[in-house]
Amino acid sequence: MLEQHLAVLPIILPLIAAPITLILGRSSLSWGFATFMSAWACLASWQLLMSTLSNGVLSYAVGGWPPPWGIELRVDSANAFVLLAVSAVSTLVLIYAKKSIHKEIESSKHVLYYTAHLLCLAGLSGILMTGDAFNLFVFLEISSLATYTLVSLASDRRCLTAAFRYLVMGTIGATFILIGVGMLYMKTGTLNMLDLANRIDIYDSSRTINTGLAFIMVGVSIKLALFPLHMWLPPAYTHAPSAVTAFLASTATKVAVYVMIRFIFTVFGAEHVFHEMGMDLILMALAIVAIFKCSYMATVQSNIKALLAYSSVAQIGYMILGVSLVSVGGLMSGLLHIFNHALMKGALFMAVGAVFYRLGSVDIKAFKGLGRKMPWTMAAFTIAGLSIIGVPLTVGFVSKWYLVGAALQQNHWLLAGLVLAGSLLAVVYIGRVLEAAYFQSAPKSDVEIKEVPLMMLIPMWLLVAANVYFGIDTSLTVEAADKAAQLLFAGSNGLEGTK
Amino acid sequence: MTFILEYYNYWIVVFLMMAGFYIVISANNLVKKIVGLNIFQTSVFMLYISMGKVGGGTAPIVVEGATQYSNPLPHVLILTAIVVGVATTAVGLSLIVRIKRAYGTVEENEFKNEDDAI
Repeated sequence: MLEQHLAVLPIILPLIAAPITLILGRSSLSWGFATFMSAWACLASWQLLMSTLSNGVLSYAVGGWPPPWGIELRVDSANAFVLLAVSAVSTLVLIYAKKSIHKEIESSKHVLYYTAHLLCLAGLSGILMTGDAFNLFVFLEISSLATYTLVSLASDRRCLTAAFRYLVMGTIGATFILIGVGMLYMKTGTLNMLDLANRIDIYDSSRTINTGLAFIMVGVSIKLALFPLHMWLPPAYTHAPSAVTAFLASTATKVAVYVMIRFIFTVFGAEHVFHEMGMDLILMALAIVAIFKCSYMATVQSNIKALLAYSSVAQIGYMILGVSLVSVGGLMSGLLHIFNHALMKGALFMAVGAVFYRLGSVDIKAFKGLGRKMPWTMAAFTIAGLSIIGVPLTVGFVSKWYLVGAALQQNHWLLAGLVLAGSLLAVVYIGRVLEAAYFQSAPKSDVEIKEVPLMMLIPMWLLVAANVYFGIDTSLTVEAADKAAQLLFAGSNGLEGTK
Repeated sequence: MTFILEYYNYWIVVFLMMAGFYIVISANNLVKKIVGLNIFQTSVFMLYISMGKVGGGTAPIVVEGATQYSNPLPHVLILTAIVVGVATTAVGLSLIVRIKRAYGTVEENEFKNEDDAI
């Protein structure tokens, strides 16, 4: 019976688990339950990816109502691929969180943390799988509301103002998406994405459709923190608890990038968005500015969490740059980077959280001499950092390789050069931390600094291992991303996958 | 002139949308920001509801002798969006309560100064 309902499992499992976690009430009990359910959801999404890679698109009618009328869950290799990254990182972060949140969240709020985490996971899975534009908005709000709560759980009071700013910006973004969806409905009378795609073709030049496109693109851009609309992200990531940052940085914005890809390619059609509306140039310009401005901002931060947060905005620039190339190769590198960036940013934020666990600070001064005192944590930071830079044998290299390749295919020599120059800035900001950790001596202090508990090291190192593994054996990630990109491109020309 | 009058509902929507958005951006008091956010969201609810209206149609309930009904779907959708809006307002207001406890103020410029001093 579960086989048949496989498509709905990644949404429904965390959604049901959330209230049960709240009822369980005890910190360790709810931790075990939440981790178990998240791992189960991860297993289901792995099966989904395997089944979509071999059998093609999977359509699931929620409640038995057939697609154009009911809500459809539509799983293809694009969303199954991102879903696997999201649910895997969620499980690892939950394992890591047990120790980590003891330091950063009051013990009375631990259960609330697990509940909000599961709700956020349910919302993110929902966004990825739904084939209904309005349903997407609802899931977006479920995950966002959980996110605001998660950010506000830290004991530092600045997290409250960061969460409030995030709430205001996030709500404006989601409401913009709602307006856009309303305009599409006004013109076409349907909310199902495939149905929308077919009917939008007829009204391509209609002003209502184009206004709807503009609203949706701006709304999604706020959600994914595209360059000028990213102002909510650095404070939210800096002041949130480490486990929350590790989870959000590697999932929430990536899912929003996926939403943008879905709207461009499946609903509006790449042809219309890029060639008639000229969106490719806008996105490309913003992506390049994001890469350089935010990489530069990262190099001048003294708070390492803020540094990594700015680096996240820059990495989102790479994903959008891939999308804006309007080619299968570019889109594929964008999708690949969504997956890969989840692996590396998750590992980096976990390592920084481990430093906070022992030292109570994430300032660059705290990293002095840590290379000897916390060798495993700093080694994890180093490898994941090399991955951000794009050193061969790590995943960062793989996605940048395909991005540069896609740029060169279209003879964008300048663009390829800019991608490489952006990596040099990454060398600077990761290098600053490594320099402090390995080449500066630790300040004299009475407190003995030990390595963090295994419960934190294991998930961190699993992500690091994934960074290296998928950097060497790229067959799964590249195949999935390639299939997804081809499918999305075929879809945008009206040639949909099998029903 | 008739163009303006015929689309009066959309003019109201546009006015509320801009007014709400402006309040969100310009207000210094966090509660006022939430109020602005609510006005902004409400304008979208009105946009949806007015586009579901069919000229001459009655409410979408089975009654004797009625043949034309307004489209019920936007109403249903917006019911969901209203719930989402209420939830957002609740989260926002509870954050404000905690900000008030932590900083002793809900005026943005005042706690910004405090944070910068740290």
